[in-house]
Amino acid sequence: MAVSLKDIPAASAQEIEAVGNTVTVNLRINGSSRKILVEPRWSLLYVLREVLGLTGTKTSCDRGECGACTVLIDGKPRYACLTLAVEAQGHEITTLEGLMDGEKLGPVQQAFAEEDAFQCGFCTPGQIVAVEALLRRNPNPTIEQIRHGLSGNLCRCGTYRHIFNAAAKAAELRKKGGAL
Amino acid sequence: MSDFYEELGESFRANIEPSAPPAEEKIQPWGETRIVGKALPRVDAYERVSGAAQYTADIVLPDMIYAAILRCPHAHAMVKSIDTGAAEKMPGVVAVLTGKSPGADIPWYGGRTPQSKLFDPHCRYEGDEVAAVAAQTPYQAFDALKAIKVQYEKLPFVIDESALKPEAPKLHEGGNSTGQPRTTKRGDVAKGFAEADVVLEETFYTSVQIHVPMEVHGSVVKWDGDKLTVWDSTQGVYDGVLFPIARALNLPLNNVRAICRYMGGAFGSKLELGKYTVIAALLSRKTARPVKVTLSREETLLCVGNRPEAKMTLKAGVKKDGTLTALQLTNVATPGAYASGTGVGFQVAELYKCPNVLISESGFYTNAGRARAFRAPGFPPGNWPLEQMMDMLAEKIGMDPIEIRLRNFTDFSQTRNMPYTSTGLKECLTEGAKAFGWKEARAAKKSSSHIKRGFGVAAGMWQMGNGSPPYTAEIRMFVDGGITIKTGAMDIGTGTKTVACMVAAEELGVPLESVRIENADTAVTPYAQLSGGSMTLPGLIPAVRKGAWLVKSQIFAWGAEALGVAKEDLELKNNAIVSRSSPEKKKTVEELMRAHGVMDVIAIGNRDPNPANKATMPFAAHFAEVEVNTKTGEVKVVRLVGANESGRVINRKTFDNQVYGGMTMGLGFGLIEKRILDRQTGKMCNVNMHDYKIPTALDVAVDHQVIAIDPKDTECNIVGCKGSGEPAHVPTASAIANAIYDAIGVRPTHGPIEPKTILELLSKKKGG
Repeated sequence: MAVSLKDIPAASAQEIEAVGNTVTVNLRINGSSRKILVEPRWSLLYVLREVLGLTGTKTSCDRGECGACTVLIDGKPRYACLTLAVEAQGHEITTLEGLMDGEKLGPVQQAFAEEDAFQCGFCTPGQIVAVEALLRRNPNPTIEQIRHGLSGNLCRCGTYRHIFNAAAKAAELRKKGGAL
Repeated sequence: MSDFYEELGESFRANIEPSAPPAEEKIQPWGETRIVGKALPRVDAYERVSGAAQYTADIVLPDMIYAAILRCPHAHAMVKSIDTGAAEKMPGVVAVLTGKSPGADIPWYGGRTPQSKLFDPHCRYEGDEVAAVAAQTPYQAFDALKAIKVQYEKLPFVIDESALKPEAPKLHEGGNSTGQPRTTKRGDVAKGFAEADVVLEETFYTSVQIHVPMEVHGSVVKWDGDKLTVWDSTQGVYDGVLFPIARALNLPLNNVRAICRYMGGAFGSKLELGKYTVIAALLSRKTARPVKVTLSREETLLCVGNRPEAKMTLKAGVKKDGTLTALQLTNVATPGAYASGTGVGFQVAELYKCPNVLISESGFYTNAGRARAFRAPGFPPGNWPLEQMMDMLAEKIGMDPIEIRLRNFTDFSQTRNMPYTSTGLKECLTEGAKAFGWKEARAAKKSSSHIKRGFGVAAGMWQMGNGSPPYTAEIRMFVDGGITIKTGAMDIGTGTKTVACMVAAEELGVPLESVRIENADTAVTPYAQLSGGSMTLPGLIPAVRKGAWLVKSQIFAWGAEALGVAKEDLELKNNAIVSRSSPEKKKTVEELMRAHGVMDVIAIGNRDPNPANKATMPFAAHFAEVEVNTKTGEVKVVRLVGANESGRVINRKTFDNQVYGGMTMGLGFGLIEKRILDRQTGKMCNVNMHDYKIPTALDVAVDHQVIAIDPKDTECNIVGCKGSGEPAHVPTASAIANAIYDAIGVRPTHGPIEPKTILELLSKKKGG
């Protein structure tokens, strides 16, 4: 999957207010706005996990090679490790936590649970977000489209067969308007 | 051999008295099961898909700081001096640690004869630890590392077998040899080769494979006075963390609490305590603040283990009727800079009936990252020559590859010198062949286009997979009939927690939803061994069943007494003990407990010893269909069938998942994965996940079938199960190699089989 932010306009310099070596950013995450101080070099991944406590998004390679940190930015799958927090200002960020309906699982999460589409579960948040993104742009993917949609998300446990099943099931569940 | 597990197992076996058969009534095998054997979602699925599961790096504590480790950038060097002055003044830096810091002089590697230290001035590979810092943010910690000034004296290095030459740079005082060759001898191979109609000899090679778990290694540590809490990404909170860190820091065991509720993969790389954990503990004690340390992906590729390479020469003799007469294997391999197992020979001495066997294995140290146990240590490499040789022999005598394997089948463990409790190898081969359509596939005419199709098989096994004491499971029944299991065992992604709950529910006759499990917290949960060796299922699960059976026995005894009926007539239904013959006779669980002055019933299930005179091992046969592009050298794995015998399958969903995963990793081992060291510098070239490749969604076979063979083993343990994670990984690469040979008629003896390997083979075939 494409991972660069080049098709998303970055927030202009005037919108980011500097304080010492930190700057203030306004991040819109899972429907809420958060105003925080960050160093300009901080990745969105670091801010989500260590500053905001949204630890559903995982750190694995930290250089755009594995997909464990996949989040949605304006509905598209992005690697949070390759996105600076300051770049994400002005965009709608959705993490794994944002796919929940209160304490209830979202349809893609439900499909992953039912199909046993994980083993250790560490790449799973990224896989789920990648499937969510795939189904938003293509509600009826073929198996080949599923494989390509997930080709940027590595699973060392090798659970791909079950992940493909879960993606297909998630497509059905979403059409029914949510979890069973 | 798998030295790591051998030694671990031996340490327990040496201390266990063979116990007399218990006087109590014997736990009988289940008849028809309600829950066990079904394909069910995991009990912790919600946590793992919602983000609620807390992995080690997800722990964020108040006032926590971040550690980072400075590592030697050279393959071989001596640290002359370290100047931390500038680093200490960097923004956010709280503490700096070197080998001279108080408490940091800790021996490391090599077991009883330490070969190194926590920070050893003699750095023997690119990645050896030199110093560490703790800072307010990880960014500041990495900044500070760059400000530490280290003076290195670069030393000549060695990364290959020239390490054994007298003029080679020496890694250790005793030289570069890892010791006397380890040999296994049975019968007389010279006699065996003389009896053979065909004798073949070939040299095979397998590359260094790296574990690459998705969760990188790391810990969070916190002191309260002299009490230490460690959250660690580990395969064992007891043997992997509690015991070794208490030893390293000289603490009483109950002053240390080790926790790992969720773990993001390991495959053997997290079986031992990491230096980083001790470094974090020292930094935390120095600063009186919680410390998080998370290795970078690059560090994990360099420093926390790999499957060592193997250079194996196999000579085999066979009679015209397919009977093996002799097998002779030599293996020379390097564990890297420090001691670790490199043996591969067990399977050659065990998988097929063969009266004459000679195995000799030796090793040498090199300036490279040290090996660790990796999923079925020694078995995928050992399987590679053995299973390719079986096909080579079969071809020479004009026999089908399945037939020659069946011809040499045995139900007797030749290395342990005792029969197996069960073996499903024959059925793995025959049922697998049926599902794969073996006969038709092999009989099909080869295409004349540049895309060649081939079909291959390989059998395999795993030497452990039996489980053995000690494992402890605490089973607790609440007044409402709800059950909680407590065990120190890990669930490293294999589904341990789920099968434990299923087995407890089965035994107690309660719905699966009534059972919860708490695991892997040494302050709360009782002892369990490391999760490795495919031992957790057959080790822990019988202990769970026993604990559940004890709880049931207690509550049924009270019920029988209160209701005046026989225990055998009782069942647990809707939180009440009910008579089957007269259902009006019943007492709720709460009534029975209150009558005996308790609000819960707790029993401890211990793992009983294995049968003394029988061996238990799991088996597998894998089948592969490949397409080889003879113009580009690319290999596409079109179809895989994995027939696996791991005793009773508890959960068909998690079992299938293990087999898919093991075979996918086998595909990586056979076709994709290898560590590349630069011959000019001794440094690792592919030290990231872009250049060290693991199988992706586009590499795996979409058409992938799993077959479960159940030998109905009533002897191995009271559940009848064996381990599955490792045998499911062992023969896949060999099956793919055999399929490639079937496709192109040249044998890829060196792994991984990359496109250039295929093209080289094809051009040699043309030229030769």
